[in-house]
Amino acid sequence: MEWLSQLFGSYWQNVQMVGWTLVKIIAIVGPLMIAVAYLTYAERKVIGYMQVRIGPNRVGFWGLLQPVADGLKLLFKEIIIPTASNKGLFLLGPVLTIAPAFAAWAVIPFDGTMVLANIDAGLLYVLAMTSIAVYGVIIAGWASNSKYAFLGSLRSAAQIVSYEIAMGFSLVGVLMCANSLNLGNIVLGQEGGFWHWYFIPLFPLFIVYFISAVAETNRAPFDVAEGESEIVAGFHVEYSGMAFAVFFLAEYANIWLVCTLAALMFMGGWLSPLPFLPDSILWLFAKMAFLVFFFLWFRATFPRYRYDQIMRLGWKVFIPITIVWIVFVGAMMQTKFDYLFH
Amino acid sequence: MLENYFPILMFILVGLGVGLGPLILGKLVSPHKPDAEKNSPYECGFEAFEDARMKFDVRYYLVAILFILFDLEIAFLFPWAVVLHDIGLFGFLAMMVFLFVLVVGFIYEWKKGALEWD
Repeated sequence: MEWLSQLFGSYWQNVQMVGWTLVKIIAIVGPLMIAVAYLTYAERKVIGYMQVRIGPNRVGFWGLLQPVADGLKLLFKEIIIPTASNKGLFLLGPVLTIAPAFAAWAVIPFDGTMVLANIDAGLLYVLAMTSIAVYGVIIAGWASNSKYAFLGSLRSAAQIVSYEIAMGFSLVGVLMCANSLNLGNIVLGQEGGFWHWYFIPLFPLFIVYFISAVAETNRAPFDVAEGESEIVAGFHVEYSGMAFAVFFLAEYANIWLVCTLAALMFMGGWLSPLPFLPDSILWLFAKMAFLVFFFLWFRATFPRYRYDQIMRLGWKVFIPITIVWIVFVGAMMQTKFDYLFH
Repeated sequence: MLENYFPILMFILVGLGVGLGPLILGKLVSPHKPDAEKNSPYECGFEAFEDARMKFDVRYYLVAILFILFDLEIAFLFPWAVVLHDIGLFGFLAMMVFLFVLVVGFIYEWKKGALEWD
């Protein structure tokens, strides 16, 4: 009888633990969904004003209900599955694109204590998750069995993997300074005011990381993967209704993710810029919003790059810059100027 | 130690749910009226000319191979960067020898034109 109550007791504990974890996950995913939805609104509004237009202003006050209207419209549109496509893979594509864009948030520290899974391999986990997203793109393009989708997915995949290298190298620089893969510890390594943040000693790597992040998320000016003037919409040309909406959400969730990572690695996460001000999660939000704004600004400002220019920038400019700066930082760490890089 | 990874497993499942949920919901509430034209592959109003799984440029393949090489270097650099402070000058020089070999290969592929897209 005793073993039964023991089993039952631990069972009850496990249920509680699972339930509590689920509540915490929803506390992250819920606001993230709202942030993603309103990023699409912010994008249209910001680009609108940059082009001397007003942007959406009909649905709700100031157009604030526009994302809801868009979502409902897409929900009631037919999900077309082309006869020539591979059905299972066709539906797997969007799921495989959005799942890692959300799952990566499991290790993001929002505050000194506010982190769902405080693991030592945090950064490695985030990189692993963001690498999976490329499979969604390839599978979607292949399974559609359409020429535009196929070409778009090839371009997109080659572009994403190329910039992933530059991104990885620039993160190596952060690791050299922080001596830890734990995202919370990386932030704590930047304590003591904005002049301790890693974007100053690692400035070239910060720039390379941020531009690579724009290319990784297939955003303008690196959006040839879906360059509408030549291959219509790229890898998601055959997707409609909610299947398209999932790709759309994944793109914006990825923008938030890469900007959050940039804020954590290079701009001190939740730490305040001046030592006499209190550290707070609001600082993290402010930094995220600041970086995301650049994504919108880029889209309003720059014309699209040609594909060969994109590949040249990734391989022939960014990779040499990052290697040289890693060697430079490593060499400086062997001298008495070591303190500048911690 | 390992129980720290349990929330991650749950989060991955929730992530899959975030993908599957809208698809299932959309399938339930949206109309479903397929016809032959609507379900044919999109090709600017034409009948599809040939198989969409056509030949593609070998350079995509080359990029994939180069990516694997460089991504392995990064996987190798990560643990080194984390402990660089402890292994000191010797560790630094050892990695420089390795990076030198890598850069020689990089210059070779550059000169060979593997990075040209024109």
